[in-house]
Amino acid sequence: MHGYEFYVDPSRCIGCQSCVNACEECETHRGHSMINFDFIDRRGTTATAAYVCWHCEEPTCARVCPADAIKKGEDGIVHSSLKPRCIGCSNCVLACPFGIPKIFPEYEQMMKCDMCYDRTSVGKRPMCATVCPSQALSYVRPEEIARRREKPASVFYFGKQRVVTQVHMMVPADTKSIPLDVLDHIWEESHAVLPQTQ
Amino acid sequence: MTPISRNADLYLPVRPGTDLALYMGILHVVLRDRLENREFINTHTTGFEQVTESVRPWDPRTVAEKTGVPPESIERAAHLFAKAERAIVLHARGVEHQSKGVENCLALINLCLATGQIGREGAGCAMITGQGNGQGGREHGQKCDQLPGQRSINDSEARAHTARVWGISPDEIPQAGYSAVEIMEAIHRGEIKALLSCCFNPLVSLPDANFTQAALKKLEFFGVVDFFMSETAHFADVVLAGSLQEEEEGIGCTAEGRVIHIQKAVDPPGNAKGDSWIYCELAKRLGKGKYFPYATTREIYDELREASRGGHADYFGITYEKIDKYMGIFWPCPSLDHPGTPRLFEDGHSFHPDGKHHFIVTEWRESGDPVSDDYPVYLTTGRVVGQYLSGTQTRRIGALLDSYPNPRLEIHPRLAEQYGLAEGDWVTITSRRSEITLQALVVRTIRPDSVFIPYHWPGDRSANRLTHRTLDPRSKIPEFKVSACRLRKADGPPDWAQKPGGLTAAVAKERA
Repeated sequence: MHGYEFYVDPSRCIGCQSCVNACEECETHRGHSMINFDFIDRRGTTATAAYVCWHCEEPTCARVCPADAIKKGEDGIVHSSLKPRCIGCSNCVLACPFGIPKIFPEYEQMMKCDMCYDRTSVGKRPMCATVCPSQALSYVRPEEIARRREKPASVFYFGKQRVVTQVHMMVPADTKSIPLDVLDHIWEESHAVLPQTQ
Repeated sequence: MTPISRNADLYLPVRPGTDLALYMGILHVVLRDRLENREFINTHTTGFEQVTESVRPWDPRTVAEKTGVPPESIERAAHLFAKAERAIVLHARGVEHQSKGVENCLALINLCLATGQIGREGAGCAMITGQGNGQGGREHGQKCDQLPGQRSINDSEARAHTARVWGISPDEIPQAGYSAVEIMEAIHRGEIKALLSCCFNPLVSLPDANFTQAALKKLEFFGVVDFFMSETAHFADVVLAGSLQEEEEGIGCTAEGRVIHIQKAVDPPGNAKGDSWIYCELAKRLGKGKYFPYATTREIYDELREASRGGHADYFGITYEKIDKYMGIFWPCPSLDHPGTPRLFEDGHSFHPDGKHHFIVTEWRESGDPVSDDYPVYLTTGRVVGQYLSGTQTRRIGALLDSYPNPRLEIHPRLAEQYGLAEGDWVTITSRRSEITLQALVVRTIRPDSVFIPYHWPGDRSANRLTHRTLDPRSKIPEFKVSACRLRKADGPPDWAQKPGGLTAAVAKERA
């Protein structure tokens, strides 16, 4: 929006959780962070990852919502569920391939990252990107990100589901898309590893 | 393995305290494979032959045995660094907090000089200071062997200059004083009887915490200026509530040598005062008010500009107006029309009187607290991302405590297995000074011969109860990064774990 794009680079994440805390301080959902923060596997690595909503072109969360409570704006931002419509069924929580939506039982509502719509819609940066000390979360102009060694990708494959997102993942320069299906990586043909059924 | 090293093309998992051998080994390979920059060495340096001779014994195989870094990694590091168009050395406490911390830094500088990686964009050797204005403080007399402008207190010319600015006689400037650890030792000797400490929590941040605690108890008078009641402040006779950075306007210097202006955002609460006001009032009450006539912090800074004039860290040309206009100015900036110096040594000249960069020979020596049969495991201490320094500020913030509430012992699964330790088990760590009991964090991101404890916590959780007081002979920095310890599985949780948050209270009680 306003010429800015959101870029996520987990390789830069140092696990400080400034984003988590900044998000929690927001007046619209005080005390609840909309950042998805993970220690990937502390036993094996110091890697951590902080994610915002990826704001898909065709949001799975909206497609599975039985109450038509999840709306994508014309600017591509996928919003939290509409309170009067949301029935708190958690379909979206289960269906989102990125695991972004969160259900808040006390409000019987799904809430998620709306890229600080109150800020970004008027040209300000999202809180998480303003506090991230290592620019693992960046909200900058494309020409600025082009100077980095890693390049943005915004096409994901979850098995057969192709998901195009508005938020970009920074990946090695020769990567065009991010397949998350083991079948894309193994040597055998896919039918060879499936047990033969009668 | 840190979040930085996990992204690295090459990671050298050095054994604690053996960095010097690694750097000499890398220089050995650079010279063996003729990757040095002869033109730079001949034109801009002295002492190359002696250093060449000194690294000759440090071949990759020898270095690998000392450091635990594979020989091929050492060779690759040398080739990457020397052949790079631009290479920079950035180092922080890991290299410096050793009894040979100065040698470590010198060896890195030797490496930059031999390859000509200095004085150009993207090249150089830089220390990343660890505190707000950590850089500025050390440039202007924060240590009691210094005078403003990166001058030595032993230098008679520097004494004369500073005395002139301050309006006193050079004889009134004291001789070089003690460093922090030496102060504690001098208290034990009865040499120091009164102490005024400012924003300093030595009970957590100095090595051998029990020794520090005994010293604080011995003082006849102990005054503390701090913005929060630290563990140390509980031992004070008088506590003066000072100010946080956001409560007082002033000037600081970043790790890159950029002088910046910090604006005041809020007033100090309650009876708290701006730190500079406190020191001026103290001076008045000590009968020296005429030397502290400042109405604003800007007047203090303007005096500092004069005092630093002509020194290496020359701030004279760095006015408030220029700082605000250019988002900070880099020293040295010797005149009002000077734009500042974003990169040092671009003209090929060093600060040495002969203008050359000096290769300095570094000699290997063992740690001050070597591992032995009784204490077979290396203990290294450091930080976690959610806490800052001695935790005086950050251990009060709920969200930060949630992310890492207590120190844990990081240990490799292989070492953990030897002691029968599983994730979350209580383990007692014993050094030649003391022992503490923490929970194990079993991770494959640490060498199997070493354990790590973050140091931000006090009392029974204090990593610095275990560390030792061996200092680097020149910088007087303690060897926080290398101690020897032994481990044993504890029967159950220690006392502190059974009364959470009660620790500050426990210290206060002990004092009463």
